[in-house]
Amino acid sequence: MAYSEKVMDHFANPRNVGKLEDASGVGEVGNAKCGDIMKMYIRVEDGIITDVKFNTYGCASAIATSSMATEMIKGKPVSEALKLTNKAVIEALDGLPPAKVHCSVLAEEAVKAAVADYYRRQGIEMEIPGCDGHCDGCHLHEA
Amino acid sequence: MERIYFDNAATTAPYPAVLAAMTETAQGFYGNPSSLHSEGQAAQKLLSACRAKLAGLLGCAPDELYFTSGGSEADNWAIRGLAKAGAKKGKHHIVTSAFEHHAVLHTVQALEKEGFSVTYLPVHEDGYVRPAELEAALRDETALVTVMYANNEIGTIQPVAELGAICRAYGVPFHTDAVQAVGHLKIDVANENIDLLSLSAHKFHGPKGIGALYVRKGLSFPNLIEGGAQERSRRAGTENLPAIHGMTVALETALADLDKTAPCVRALRDRLIAGALKIERSRLNGGIERRLDGNASICFEGVEGEALLLHLDLAGIAASSGSACTSGSLDPSHVLLALGLPHEIAHGSLRLSLCESNSEAEVDYFLGKLAEIVALLRDMSPVWEKLQNESKQEGR
Repeated sequence: MAYSEKVMDHFANPRNVGKLEDASGVGEVGNAKCGDIMKMYIRVEDGIITDVKFNTYGCASAIATSSMATEMIKGKPVSEALKLTNKAVIEALDGLPPAKVHCSVLAEEAVKAAVADYYRRQGIEMEIPGCDGHCDGCHLHEA
Repeated sequence: MERIYFDNAATTAPYPAVLAAMTETAQGFYGNPSSLHSEGQAAQKLLSACRAKLAGLLGCAPDELYFTSGGSEADNWAIRGLAKAGAKKGKHHIVTSAFEHHAVLHTVQALEKEGFSVTYLPVHEDGYVRPAELEAALRDETALVTVMYANNEIGTIQPVAELGAICRAYGVPFHTDAVQAVGHLKIDVANENIDLLSLSAHKFHGPKGIGALYVRKGLSFPNLIEGGAQERSRRAGTENLPAIHGMTVALETALADLDKTAPCVRALRDRLIAGALKIERSRLNGGIERRLDGNASICFEGVEGEALLLHLDLAGIAASSGSACTSGSLDPSHVLLALGLPHEIAHGSLRLSLCESNSEAEVDYFLGKLAEIVALLRDMSPVWEKLQNESKQEGR
């Protein structure tokens, strides 16, 4: 198992670490039992994600995928952030070892959970698939 | 600063004398020990001398020692061999511990699929098998008992002589995987009632790819590899004499210096543990009393082991983690779970394994970096945030 240089860069120098006190939406996914939890904060102005921060408990790839996901949605319309896929995050990081693909799934779900929370605060309910606390669920996305 | 190597339980740097012996053997003793000419006989003489030397260091006879490719092969051979011999007599039960190395655990699990029943002895929160629990687990149909000498992750040393005595009294063959112990402890297989013992040279500054299995004389035991007459026809194949010589020099050196090196390594280890435990919400895994001198295994709540390990690596320190991520599975180490640690704490484990070439300055540098890295990771950890909020509420 080896990490790409990009994964190591985002792990060692994660972008957008922290919290937003006045966030428009906050999403938390994962489960300490499985070893990964991601919490994502977004600020939305005029439908655009103007700022994003994250806190992650997890391995190097969990931290790197969180960091990359924040970079990929910052400055983008909310509707576009919802289209972020774990595959795109993996590609942007020049790949992940197969056992770590679930981390990218969590990153995708963290973004969606934050957006769902933002919509909820706007009075819009939306169905977003998220972590159900069963680690086996993550492997379903690997294929 | 030069790299700091705190992963001696994974493997060790070979002693210079080991490398010299290996080169000398490869160049000067290239003859096949099975050949009748002078080159062959010179190699045969060296092979016999190595076997006799190693046997003397372990307290067995030379013809009770079989060279293998390493610890995993020795473990597989011992367990499969005893299981096969037991099955011939209608015995289909195995007793082992819950925190064996995978070379033992996976072999036992494979036998379970083939119809053996297995008792996994608990290791309790201190990491020790209880002799009384072994005795209670034995049955008429028990084919073998296999319990490791010292655990590879948490370093706890098992009461092997007592376990061996119980097995002897009940007439059950007793194997111990002593891969982490040989070269680090004085072991006498005869005095400690051991019937079979696995060892691996690269764990005590010898070469990789060589190890041995001790099998007590008189034990019914099947061959591993059919072919030539090497290893008394039990394991055929031309002997790897340079590695065997290297292993012999390594064990000789390690044990000759042990009285001097062991207290030094233990003092370094204790300094490291004391320093690391100053970090809040950290804990030592396994008891401290009967523990390998070089082993420190510590959990830090709110951080994940692999992230810790990789940050240490970036800071120039080689360590190991019992976390899920090294194994590619999502489950944390079976060793830490066997101690009863919850998953979320077991994920935050770090193993440091020291040797005599480590220094106080290295330990102190490590402790400084460790505190920084744990703080950095906790600062971005939602788990840590939750723990902090919980303790604030409890404080109210």
